[in-house]
Amino acid sequence: MKIQEADAKKLLLAQGLPVPAYEVARSPAEARAAASRLLHGHGSVGQVVIKAQVLVGGRGKAGGVKLAASDDEAEHVADAILGMTIKGIPVRKVLVAPAADIVKEYYLAAVLDRAARRILLMGSAEGGVEIEQVAQSNPEAIVRIHADPLLGLRDWQAREMAFRLGLGAHLKAAVGVAKGLVKTMLAYDADLVEINPLAVVREGPGGAEERLVCLDAKITLDDSALFRHPDHEALRDPDDEAPADVEARRHDISFIHLDGTIGCMVNGAGLAMTTMDLVKRAGGEPANFLDIGGGAKADRVAAAMKLILDEPKVEAILVNIFGGITRGDEVAHGLIEARSRQKRDVPMVVRIVGTNAEEAARLLEEAHFETAASLDEAAAKAVAAARAARAATGGAA
Amino acid sequence: MSILVGRETRLLVQGITGREGEFHARAMQAYGTNVVAGVTPGKGGQVALDGTVPVFDTVADGVRETGANSSCIFVPAGGAPDAILEATAAGIATIFCITEGIPALDMVPVVAAVERAGARLIGPNCPGATSPGRAKVGIIPGAIHREGSVGVVSRSGTLTYEAVQAMTDAGIGQSTCVGIGGDPIIGSTFLDVLKLFAADPETGAIVLIGEIGGAAEEEAAAWAAANLADVPKAAFIAGRTAPEGKRMGHAGAIISGGAGTAASKVAALEAAGFLVAGSPTELPTLLREAGYRA
Repeated sequence: MKIQEADAKKLLLAQGLPVPAYEVARSPAEARAAASRLLHGHGSVGQVVIKAQVLVGGRGKAGGVKLAASDDEAEHVADAILGMTIKGIPVRKVLVAPAADIVKEYYLAAVLDRAARRILLMGSAEGGVEIEQVAQSNPEAIVRIHADPLLGLRDWQAREMAFRLGLGAHLKAAVGVAKGLVKTMLAYDADLVEINPLAVVREGPGGAEERLVCLDAKITLDDSALFRHPDHEALRDPDDEAPADVEARRHDISFIHLDGTIGCMVNGAGLAMTTMDLVKRAGGEPANFLDIGGGAKADRVAAAMKLILDEPKVEAILVNIFGGITRGDEVAHGLIEARSRQKRDVPMVVRIVGTNAEEAARLLEEAHFETAASLDEAAAKAVAAARAARAATGGAA
Repeated sequence: MSILVGRETRLLVQGITGREGEFHARAMQAYGTNVVAGVTPGKGGQVALDGTVPVFDTVADGVRETGANSSCIFVPAGGAPDAILEATAAGIATIFCITEGIPALDMVPVVAAVERAGARLIGPNCPGATSPGRAKVGIIPGAIHREGSVGVVSRSGTLTYEAVQAMTDAGIGQSTCVGIGGDPIIGSTFLDVLKLFAADPETGAIVLIGEIGGAAEEEAAAWAAANLADVPKAAFIAGRTAPEGKRMGHAGAIISGGAGTAASKVAALEAAGFLVAGSPTELPTLLREAGYRA
């Protein structure tokens, strides 16, 4: 689960990392008030930066990050940004912070390295640009240090990172940030804690002091750990999820909307991807990835069916269940119930094998479902059914 | 012989009195697995599976009393990492963790501790392993198997069943089928399992079932090219049509930054001498094309 910059900064602050003051505003008036406090209050600054709070990259390029030098300008800029839609996401909040006088920008992140099975501290002196871009254009510029799986990230490792990034003049602060990123990761079960840019900025009267600060923050939380962080649920960005995603999560269904016309319902992620692949191979396009998970009962099957049918583009449905923990007869009951309630008549091809498949076959036959023995056959039948449905309604091929 | 699980397996089931644990312990016993002990803290002294399997409070007690050498974990996600460590500390050599939904960072110190102790962990979030005709540990339906010489290793659950069923239907049996699990951090990789198959005299062919995401299939392919050159090899990769940047499943496969694509995996496997199937049902034909003989 991705969280917004302002929320990420709150978590960083709680772990003692250096984050410049900021406020969150939901309206131009709130932004004006926040800017006013920063521009005229104690330790006032010359300019504020106003940043759109959306979970997509490239906010700056899209015009979602702007400077303002007065209360009026702050209100005006916030009004413009709050009316924007960035990559399809409406901007509902802005972050208001003092504009930084940047000396140099760096990149620093703690990330779970799946292959190495360790936490990886990754840094670069080329901050402010996408790390993937640096990895491509100048891979040697990225410093990689793995935390010990049992001992954690040690001081000497954090120092090594600081020196290799050329942050020797800010050693103590850099070590604090490096260790703080790993600490943040562990405290909140994050897969990624990324500071880009981490910056040396001028502060104080006449910019006399230099300080290392986290100017931006990106945190991705591990969904599997939500059970022990109930407060993380409040950090979920509703705009990051379509209504279908929310519904899927509520029923413990793994669902991803795609652009095709063949709805798929499968148990197991690997088999669900395979089913999509075989639909494509048979000349169709999958409308979704859908994994009903292990041990799904009739109610979850019915919920999955509704998710698929809510997409008007769906012309046929392919159900592929290999029963292990999941019982075929439970799935058949769910399908029969779902079909009796569905408003739209969409052809369906069902294949159920494995645990209690015989009982499932009997139920499906009684209810006159079209069935298939093999996965390849099921895919071919579903694609043919979609074509026939389209021809019948006179739709374009 | 076979790998990881066989007639020599003396299995201890952690979480044997839970719903899943009890159900699958019974299925394992029915398949012929020697289930010698169960562990549920606070239920020591009870007897599970119709009076056939003693339950202990700790894994150490179970090992001492029954000589258990393998363990299968059905403990919920919050307690599963600790269950793995307890099994490791008690000297269990082969640990299968079926539990799904374990926070990824919990597994970082756990896999390191297992490795340091010289034990072997399969999973978590895996279906386990079956050596047909001998024993099974985990949740793979016993009926899909047939005794034979093909070693199967896979990241998936039900996709493995699909592939194994296709092989069995075509008269091709398996030495051992291993599901290594789809979580971000797992104990044993494709490569680890291929090394075991390479050393197993009864495994004469290999089927590898991978998914998009990561580079574990590529790593295994490179090793197989050098070390399993004369062994018939077939593979299947799920996710050829998966879009980039979307996580397929709760914890698993994702293509990001152009890495981990099906195309990259298929190319690496083909370069290593694997015949790569377009559908799991093609695996039997490809195995025979690769030189497999029963």
